[in-house]
Amino acid sequence: MANTGWDEFEIGAMLRSFDGVAATEIATTHQEDRNYSQNSSFSASVADWRIEKPIFAKDYCIDCQFCWIYCPDLSIISRDKKMIGIDMDHCKGCGICVEVCPTNPKSLLMFPEQANEEDEIASWPTKETKEK
Amino acid sequence: MAFDKMELRDIEVWDGNFAAAQAMRQCQIDVVAAYPITPSTPIVEGYAKFLADNYVEGEFVMVESEHAAMSGCIGAAAAGGRVATATSSQGFALMVETLYQASGMRLPIVLNVVNRALAAPLNVNGDHSDMYLGRDSGWIQLDSYCPQDAYDLNFIAFKVAEDHDVRLPCMVHQDGFMTSHTAQGVKTLSDDVAYGFVGNYQPMNDMLDFDHPVTHGVQTEEDWHFEHKARQHNDLMTKVIPKIEAAFDAFEKLSGRKYNLVEKYDIEDADVAVVCMGTSVETAREVATEMRAKGIKAGVVGIRVIRPFPFMQVQEALKGLKAIVTLDRSAPGGTVGMLFNEIAGCMYNLDTRPMLSGKIYGLGGRDLTKAHLVELYTELQANVDAGKITTPLQQFIGVRGPKLSFL
Repeated sequence: MANTGWDEFEIGAMLRSFDGVAATEIATTHQEDRNYSQNSSFSASVADWRIEKPIFAKDYCIDCQFCWIYCPDLSIISRDKKMIGIDMDHCKGCGICVEVCPTNPKSLLMFPEQANEEDEIASWPTKETKEK
Repeated sequence: MAFDKMELRDIEVWDGNFAAAQAMRQCQIDVVAAYPITPSTPIVEGYAKFLADNYVEGEFVMVESEHAAMSGCIGAAAAGGRVATATSSQGFALMVETLYQASGMRLPIVLNVVNRALAAPLNVNGDHSDMYLGRDSGWIQLDSYCPQDAYDLNFIAFKVAEDHDVRLPCMVHQDGFMTSHTAQGVKTLSDDVAYGFVGNYQPMNDMLDFDHPVTHGVQTEEDWHFEHKARQHNDLMTKVIPKIEAAFDAFEKLSGRKYNLVEKYDIEDADVAVVCMGTSVETAREVATEMRAKGIKAGVVGIRVIRPFPFMQVQEALKGLKAIVTLDRSAPGGTVGMLFNEIAGCMYNLDTRPMLSGKIYGLGGRDLTKAHLVELYTELQANVDAGKITTPLQQFIGVRGPKLSFL
């Protein structure tokens, strides 16, 4: 598509979200199982300007789904109400998931883009005691 | 919900606005988003009344500006409806930003433009300033000379614009007050015949097709923008004219009324001709006939389709003439008038070509009288007799004060 000429695309500056017909039960079809077209932003990484990223420490997560609800880019992957991880192709690093995480310590924290996930989880902060 | 049909007499006494409103009713517009403005107000008012009285199955969307009116039309058209609205002058100017969106998105919206002057100074009367403002917007532009044309050209507009090979929005122009508020006999089509001509709306890439979701209003930078604009221009230049001609032919079979890309009047053996648009065409025809009685072989060329400009047809119509004058009803803002420019472009590369001069006239609704036209034809004949243009290339007619001419 990148090099097609003026006579080779559909008129109207419109883009199709799916190749062919959208799934018949689209609402109950997971994103990864949908036939998104190349033109859909789901098919492209749009996270290349992220400078901080969230890291998910599963051990502390209570599956409250706050991060899944609040994420503005649908980048929290949750299946059957269980938090699975983060869609790093679409996460912009805004930090809202970390902000809303209610656990102690938080199960999501922001780190520089180049941070190593395993190292950071190994040195995860411990429970904070609240001072009276 | 079923709607009622309206019994029309074969000939009704309608002004241009009501004729356009009746055509919009008969085409069964799904959505009209409008912000009424003089002199086009009665068009959308008329549609709203038909809707309220159950003569149309549709929606009237009241908005807060003309920018919003055309934006609403764009949304409704992208969603997959038959859409139309009307405006004039300042309202048209406010719509300009969205006009380019409509044509670039290839949405077949029909916009009735009742031509009116642009401020400042504020003026509600008819000239072609707003019509000229839209000429680079990528729309098809059809021009009416009388209420009958305003009625008929609305059907032509939907027929052409909605064709899947075209899919471009279309303006139907009429002169403010001179056409829009002057009642004349208008030959009608029955509701069934009229609707049969435009047919059921056939959506294309509509947002409400849930099986094939689309994104409208996309952004393309230097990698894609040029291709989209090139495609649009190609379709305007190659696809629209044949479709308009086919629609004119089909409409003639239906109604007996024949429209042409270029409306020639007594041109075949003419020496001199006036090239103009709108109501002036009818005045010029009357004067041309009178000039023939005086021995001047006079003709008139009316431009029916302004965009895409019928380059070859204009060339064909004018090439045998000796002297022509273009009448532009819009302040040219530091150059020659639009018609002068287009006609010069058509004729320049021909081996033989008529002498060409241009007039600016009728701004803000100033009348073009028969006396003006008599003078014009006399001047053209003087050019022919002298074998050269005897006047400045650009002259103002009907303006008070010292004679105004340039070039």
